[in-house]
Amino acid sequence: MFDYQSYLRLNHFPLIWCPGCGNGVVMKSMLRAIDNLRLPRDQVCVVSGIGCSSRLSGYLDFNTVHTTHGRALTFATGIKMAKPELTVIVVTGDGDCTAIGGNHFIHAARRNIDLTVILINNLIYGMTGGQHSPTTPSGSRASTAPFGNSENTFNVSGLAIAAGASFVARSTTYHAQQCDKLIEKGIQTPGFALIEIMAACPTSFGRANKAGSPADMMLWQRDHAVTPQRAEKMSPEELQDKFTIGVLAETSRPECRAEYQKLIDRLREQEAKA
Amino acid sequence: MTRSSRPLTDPSKRRPPRMLSGNEACALAAIDAGMRFYAGYPITPSSEIAEHLANWLPRMGGVFIAMEDEIASMGAIIGASLTGTKAMTATSGPGFSLMQENIGYASMAEVPVVVVNVMRGGPSTGLPTSPAQGDVMQARWGTHGDHPVIALTPYSVEETYEATVRAFNLSEQYRVPVILLLDEVIAHVNEKVALPEREALRIVERPQPEVPPEQYLPFVDTPTGVPPMAPFGTGYRYHVTGLAHDETGFQTNDPKVIDAQLRRLHRKLELGRHDIVEVDEFLLEDAEIGVFAYGSSARSARRAIRLAREKGIRAGMLRPKTMWPFPDEEVRAWTKRLKAWLVPEMNLGQAAHEVEWAVAGAVPVRRLGRVDGNLFHPNDILAAIEELA
Repeated sequence: MFDYQSYLRLNHFPLIWCPGCGNGVVMKSMLRAIDNLRLPRDQVCVVSGIGCSSRLSGYLDFNTVHTTHGRALTFATGIKMAKPELTVIVVTGDGDCTAIGGNHFIHAARRNIDLTVILINNLIYGMTGGQHSPTTPSGSRASTAPFGNSENTFNVSGLAIAAGASFVARSTTYHAQQCDKLIEKGIQTPGFALIEIMAACPTSFGRANKAGSPADMMLWQRDHAVTPQRAEKMSPEELQDKFTIGVLAETSRPECRAEYQKLIDRLREQEAKA
Repeated sequence: MTRSSRPLTDPSKRRPPRMLSGNEACALAAIDAGMRFYAGYPITPSSEIAEHLANWLPRMGGVFIAMEDEIASMGAIIGASLTGTKAMTATSGPGFSLMQENIGYASMAEVPVVVVNVMRGGPSTGLPTSPAQGDVMQARWGTHGDHPVIALTPYSVEETYEATVRAFNLSEQYRVPVILLLDEVIAHVNEKVALPEREALRIVERPQPEVPPEQYLPFVDTPTGVPPMAPFGTGYRYHVTGLAHDETGFQTNDPKVIDAQLRRLHRKLELGRHDIVEVDEFLLEDAEIGVFAYGSSARSARRAIRLAREKGIRAGMLRPKTMWPFPDEEVRAWTKRLKAWLVPEMNLGQAAHEVEWAVAGAVPVRRLGRVDGNLFHPNDILAAIEELA
C-alpha cells in the first residue's frame, strides 16, 4: 500500500472537495508519480491558481503556492527562472488555465519553460457554482447556460501543442494508472509539459446534465476516451463525442531557462577573457 | 529595536560624477541593492529601465524576462521573490492598473517586491510621453481590500538612485511591496550625479527563520510585526496563499485570527513609521507659506520659493520622499507655524486631499493642479504663493 500520508498535510483535512470529485484521484496519481521519481520534497514546488482544483497545493507537504486566479503559471515562471533546480508543478483547472489564464498558458508553452502543468478539466467552474467554462461542451447545461452552452469549446491540448509545448498528454480519472505515467513523463521532460486530466464534477456538471452518479461519470470517461492510434481508424462521425488519451505530442525544443543559462555562461566567459 | 532602511552609511563616500537619467539611475541602484530578477512589459516612459537590465542582469548571473503583460510581470516577480531572490518590475499607468491584483497578493502574502511606476498622463492610455502625478492615490488604494503599502517619491536623479536602494531595503525589512513613484521628467531628465560608493551602502536582507523547519511559522507575529521569511528550496516547506490565513499560512475563517493577522499587516508599518517616512524640509524654519510638493513639481516649487524669498515672502517647502505612509505628523507639526499650505501637483488634488486631512481646517490649504501634460513653471507656483502671502 502506497504511503500517501507522508506526503500530506493531514492537519488540513478533510478535503474541501465534494464526494465523487475527480480532484482527489489526480492528487493521488501526482503523489505516486513524484514518489516514483524519488524527488526530494524540499526541491518540489507546487503552484496553483484559484478554483476547486487549485486547492490541491495546500494539502501537499512541498513548497506550495496558492496564487491569484489564472496566474499560477506567471508565479511558477518566476520561481523556475529564479531557482531552476526546483521541480515546479502547476495544478490548475479549465477555467483557471484556459479562460482567465489563457494568455499565460499560451506564452508558458511558447517559452517551453520547464514546468509540469496538471490541468484538471472538469468542464465547468465548480467552486463558484457550476457556470460554463471554455471547455463546457457545446449544448451542455450549466448554471449560466440554462438552455445549453451555445459557444464553441477549446481543445486545450491542441492549444498547447500549437503554442510549442514539449510534452502534451491527456487522460482521465478513470485511467488513473495512465495518469501516473504521464505525470512522471511530464516531470522528466525538460520543457513545458501539459497533462490534461478529464475529471468528473458530479455536483455541478453532473447534476446540471443528468450525468448520473460519480461512478457513472467515470464510466462515461472510459466509454468516450480513445487512443490516438484507434482514433486514426475512426470516421469523423464516430469521433464526434470522443476524445483522445495518451501522449499527444512529444517534441524536443530548446527550454527557456536552459537557454538563458547558456546566455549567462557565454557572457561570463566573454567577460573573463576580456 | 532600531532599524534603518536608509541606504547611505557615509554620504561623503561618492563615485566620480557622471551624467545619468532617472531611469538609468533606478536600474543601477536596483543592481547595487542586490536585485537579480526583473520581469516586465514594455511601456513608455519606463522602458529604459528594462532595456538596461536586459543588458546587465545576465552578465551578473541574474535573470531578465519579458513577460506577456503586466499581470504576468507581477506574478513572476512574486514567484522569484519566494525563492529568496530580490525582484522588481517597472511600468507606467496602464500597466500599473493591470498589476493591482497581484500587488494585493504581495501585500497579503507578505512577499517583498519593488514596483516602479513612472507616472504619465491618464486616465486610460492618456499621455504616453508627458509627465503627470495622477497615480498617487492608486499607489495607495489601487488594489482591493484594506492593505498597507509603502510608496516613495524621489525628485532628482541622485535621489532616484537612493530611493531605489531604499525601496528594496524597505520591502525586505517589512515584507511588503514597495512602489517607487517616478514621473516622466524624473525618469528622463539627465543630471550630473556622484553616486554613493557601493561599499558605503546599507543593504537590508529579509529576516530569516532562527528555528528549525518543523517549528517555522511563516506568518507569526513578532516584536516588529514582521515574520521571518524562508526561501523556497531550503527545507522550510510551507504554504503561501492570498486567502486570509493563520500564522501557518493556511486559510482560516476564524474571525479572531483574521482580525489579528490583518491588523498585524498594518502594525508592522506603524511600528516602522519613523524609519519609513522621510521628508525633506527646505527653508521652512521661518516660513509663513508652506509648499507641499514632490517629484518634478517640487523642482519647480524650489525655484518658486527662492523667487518668493527675493520678493520678501517667507515661503518654504515640505517635500515627502515617502508618500505612503503619508507624512501627516510632519504636516501637522509645521501647520502650527504656517499661515497657509500650497499643494502644487500634476493631478487635481490627490496629495492635497491628504494634506487637508492632516491640517483639519487649522489653516487654508490651496490646491494647485495641472493635468495638461506640462510641468509647472516656477512662476505658476510663485503666483499662487503671492496670492496666499
